[in-house]
Amino acid sequence: MVDNRSSRRGFLQGTVALTALLAGGCSSSKEQPKTAFEDSVATFFQDNYQVMTKDEIKEVLARVERRVKREYGVDIKCENTPPVADVAFGYALNLSKCKGTRRCVEACVSENNCGRNHSLENIRVLAMPHGTMDLNKSDHYYDHEQVPNSNDWYLPIQCHQCDEPACVQACPVEATWKEKDGIVVIDYDWCIGCRYCSVACPYWARHFNWSKPNLQPDEINPKTHYLGNRPREAGVMEKCTFCIQKTRKGELPACQEACPTGARVFGNLLDPQSEIRYILENKNVFRLKEEQGTQPNFWYFYDV
Amino acid sequence: MSKEKNSTKNHNKVEFILASLIHCFKGGWLYWGWMLSLIAIVVYGAMAYGQQARYGLSVTGLSDQITWGLYIGNFTFFVGVAAAAVILVIPAYLLHRNQMRRVTILGESLAVAAVIVAMLFVTADLGQPLRFWHALPLLGKLNFPTSILAWDIVVLALYLLVNLIILWYLLYNKFCHKSPVVKRYFPVIVVAIILGLSIHTVTAFMLSGNPSRPFWHTAILAPRFIASAFAAGAALMIILFQILHITSKFRLSKGLIREIALIMVFAQFFSLFLLGAEIYTAFYHNTAHDVSAHLLFTSNIGHDNLTLSIYLAIAAGLSAFSILMVRRFRENVSLLNIASILIFFAVWSEKGLGLVIPGFVPTPLGEMAQYTPSTIEIKVAIAIWAVGAIIFTLLAKVAIAIEFGGLRLKRPVENTDTEI
Repeated sequence: MVDNRSSRRGFLQGTVALTALLAGGCSSSKEQPKTAFEDSVATFFQDNYQVMTKDEIKEVLARVERRVKREYGVDIKCENTPPVADVAFGYALNLSKCKGTRRCVEACVSENNCGRNHSLENIRVLAMPHGTMDLNKSDHYYDHEQVPNSNDWYLPIQCHQCDEPACVQACPVEATWKEKDGIVVIDYDWCIGCRYCSVACPYWARHFNWSKPNLQPDEINPKTHYLGNRPREAGVMEKCTFCIQKTRKGELPACQEACPTGARVFGNLLDPQSEIRYILENKNVFRLKEEQGTQPNFWYFYDV
Repeated sequence: MSKEKNSTKNHNKVEFILASLIHCFKGGWLYWGWMLSLIAIVVYGAMAYGQQARYGLSVTGLSDQITWGLYIGNFTFFVGVAAAAVILVIPAYLLHRNQMRRVTILGESLAVAAVIVAMLFVTADLGQPLRFWHALPLLGKLNFPTSILAWDIVVLALYLLVNLIILWYLLYNKFCHKSPVVKRYFPVIVVAIILGLSIHTVTAFMLSGNPSRPFWHTAILAPRFIASAFAAGAALMIILFQILHITSKFRLSKGLIREIALIMVFAQFFSLFLLGAEIYTAFYHNTAHDVSAHLLFTSNIGHDNLTLSIYLAIAAGLSAFSILMVRRFRENVSLLNIASILIFFAVWSEKGLGLVIPGFVPTPLGEMAQYTPSTIEIKVAIAIWAVGAIIFTLLAKVAIAIEFGGLRLKRPVENTDTEI
């Protein structure tokens, strides 16, 4: 296996060097700035994130920053903060408190550099008529003059970061996987855009970039993570990553920060003192579509 | 083995390839008209694909709600055609019908063309088609055996390879004035038959293995796929053989047609029976599991076109079956042709579009959605069909010239051994 890998890497690097040589004469020395073409060739031959060496990752992160600078004129910082030991993230949502303001959706879009041209939102808030749990009766596009509307209750849904993720199982090229802290991530540079993961997901949590995301330079959040909110290209999937760029540094996800009613509780499932553990141990919690067997890490509960 | 012998063999192979290529350029006005129109269609479709490559899949009618459509629908259909093309040669060996054996080569050609068409449809559906190498062994990171899509990639590639090997063996030997040795290629045919069943089963599993999509999540999807593939594959062969009978040196016997028509009757019966079983299960109760089927058959979310086409497909399938059931009708060439065309249309519509699209509605979050393929999508799809037609025409032209037309190596080979 080791031999295979190293010979493959050698082959890929050789090809990169050769292509760069053909493209730019002998101009690919390290001091000179890389051209857009050299960068896209290098991205094309780039390995899967899970098997990259530290040096390769460093180069890849610099390449992401250069690309955003070139395309949007914005200086971003692209990091790859690793999972923190003894942390497994989980989320609990208080349905008694959610009033359907959709502030979480807005905050998510701007924190995560989601394209503004199509409704690419990684959180959906469903307006549900009272007296039913049937999702087929939900309204995804409610436009109530005032929330909460007296006829509805509200059900926000995003990626449940399952322990047995159907999406990871479906991906034909291992472009998506579950990290040690429980977050299911995508290597946007490895995804081939077949959308089989979104077919498999029971929570409709995966979204496709049907075209290049429409982002204005002043809308870009410059604090990014390679597996999280860095600006995406056309033709790849994306999803909620529990704001990996924030939460791995001890901050809260944008959706919880934005929630005006305090309905959202994010935390470390392995910390007995955490609020989420209190909720799981003291409230009647339930999980959506538990019968699908994907072991989600997202719970819902009521106050009473 | 001596060097001399080796070089003669290589020389023969070069001559085989050259003679085949040259033969592709020999044809009357009908042949050239046909080929040039196909090429024109391909160029036209390639331009449409250029738009898609440039602006992304947003130029299609697809969405996050209905994420697969015309492309994947055609993919599932053509995997079926590819599978059937080879499986239909089973009777040739199991029943020792000499009639069927002569058409093996045409079946193989159809399989090769159909697999390539299926692969092109998947590629057209990719957001990042240039990254296809991520799925290659050693270079990429194929998620095998976990991902069913990875299985599909593996079995389709193997199936294409095996059929090309069989075609090469049969044609090259004939070309070199040797008769192919059944003992040698029969095991490979068995492998091809197993792979034929595999490609369609795996494609069915790719859909049925999603508990989040109850419309597909049914154990009879794979048998249903196989049954309808046999029916559609047989129908296509009946039509193609008759066309080749008129336009080439290929000669069709009545016995052969009868044989294939009989397979078509049985396949169509099972196909309709399984569809009926699905409809019963979906409609006897009104569970959340059955909503997609209810929407499809009752059209209450503006699936209008789809609902119309599923009813037309069922009507066409039933009328074709009624024709085929009666021996006198089945043996009447024009009625048989009508039945074949009806079945081909019915299966394409029912398995291609009528199965893939309704599976997405409602979405796992209960959203209703609609899908109409865009003009660009339709152009690309037609162009891929045309590519398939070109490949089949060329393969069949060379195959018929060698099998029936006496296209042979100029110098006769001294009969040393039959090995190649």
